[in-house]
Amino acid sequence: MGPGPSASAPPALQVEGVAFAYPDGHQALYGVSFTVRRGERVALLGPNGAGKTTLVLQLNGVLLPGAGRVAVAGLPVASEHLREIRRRVGIVFQDPDDQLFMPTVAEDVAFGPANLGMRGAELETRVKGALAAVGMEEHADRPPHHLSFGQRRRVAVATVLAMEPEVLVLDEPSSNLDPASRRELAEIVERLDITTLMVTHDLPYALQLCPRALILNGGRITADGPTPELLADTDLLAANRLELPFGFNPAALDTR
Amino acid sequence: MGAGHAHPLYLRGTSLLHRARPQCKIAATLLFVLAVVATPREAFWAFGLYGLLLAGLAGVAGIPPATLARRLLIELPFLAFAFFLPIVGQGERVEVLGVSLAVGGLWGAWNIVVKGTLGVMASSILAATTPVAELLGGLDRLRLPRTLTVIAAFMVRYADVIADEVRRMRIARISRGHDPRWIWQARAVAASAGTLFIRSYERGERVYLAMVSRGYSGSMPVLQELDATRAQWLAALAVPAAAALVAATAWGVRL
Repeated sequence: MGPGPSASAPPALQVEGVAFAYPDGHQALYGVSFTVRRGERVALLGPNGAGKTTLVLQLNGVLLPGAGRVAVAGLPVASEHLREIRRRVGIVFQDPDDQLFMPTVAEDVAFGPANLGMRGAELETRVKGALAAVGMEEHADRPPHHLSFGQRRRVAVATVLAMEPEVLVLDEPSSNLDPASRRELAEIVERLDITTLMVTHDLPYALQLCPRALILNGGRITADGPTPELLADTDLLAANRLELPFGFNPAALDTR
Repeated sequence: MGAGHAHPLYLRGTSLLHRARPQCKIAATLLFVLAVVATPREAFWAFGLYGLLLAGLAGVAGIPPATLARRLLIELPFLAFAFFLPIVGQGERVEVLGVSLAVGGLWGAWNIVVKGTLGVMASSILAATTPVAELLGGLDRLRLPRTLTVIAAFMVRYADVIADEVRRMRIARISRGHDPRWIWQARAVAASAGTLFIRSYERGERVYLAMVSRGYSGSMPVLQELDATRAQWLAALAVPAAAALVAATAWGVRL
């Protein structure tokens, strides 16, 4: 998917000094900056109310920053090329019931590419490929509300993969999943060869999937580094209202 | 499309009726019902023929007669009205089992019962052989405004989600000792309805946001390629054509 990483290629995601206040005056982001290189998997960690979802919505131009800029693979997020931006940034929202609204799984997966003007056999190939990537081919003709929660989350990932994005953004991918579905989703994410930003407060999941992590708290990036190092820093976690599950010791794990 | 149990009325199958194009089936059902309604009520034999025709179609589609009969129960509330017609009707009266009934009312009741039953049977067969997704696609092909079919699609999709939410809220209420028996205890139920409205409204916003994030720009893409050939149309329309012939004959015999 996409050209391989090269020194001259622009980063997959470049966020520079992004500040944002909601119309009611609530300031959610105060100058957020970070860069995600092509092919990287990065976790965006932060407690509830840190501004994670607000930041995610800046990435595809649903919300436009009051100050600063966002660029996706070199293309700045601005109203004149929102369509291309939304193709490049695929967001998988937290509740699959919000994302899956068409009568059948296949039609839902086709919705995105069809909005990009794709039709016929080409569209069908896209849909099949995306469903195969999440192991849901045999459920193509079922209505989404008859699937289990874990299956719905996987289909939600497929709806975005069908648009062949440059960056995959997963918003709390492990929430409400049972341990088996959680592992299956992790296997799928690991198999995908795509730049991924994973928004979560599930720290073990971040450690399992993302070599690098950012911590967002109070609308600012408060840490950026290798995930095992960040998670080993108890003071840093405590300062950011992040906690590891009881008995979990990241230092004792041999990650990759 | 081999859709699963897309809705409770759909029966999985591969019969001729299951494979027919949805737009043809919808048009055929509508025209058939029109032919039935246009038949004079005195022509008992015509209604018998309609019944046989539908029974034959149900047989082809593999719908068990018991299932079809159970689905007819939905018209019971409407039949209650028909039941009163002979009792309260004016004019000439006959004595049946010691009860005085109005002849005009009896005819009116018969008219409602037989035409209603045939109509429900026809739509039950349509519903049993067509998944909702195809039904919506068919309506779309019949040039129903896209906005309406999209609204219907959303309704079908989210009815379960909202019903589930209602169920969870009710369980949470009764788990805290709520046991509504009297009208003045309705306040909690009303408050739940308000909460449900806000939640559904917010969900609507989130769904829209997710759609916009996938490039939605105000119009739904046409996905289903459901073109029907002339032969498919002719085959489907043979059913209402037969019904129209019966109706025309019934009028001819009468005149």
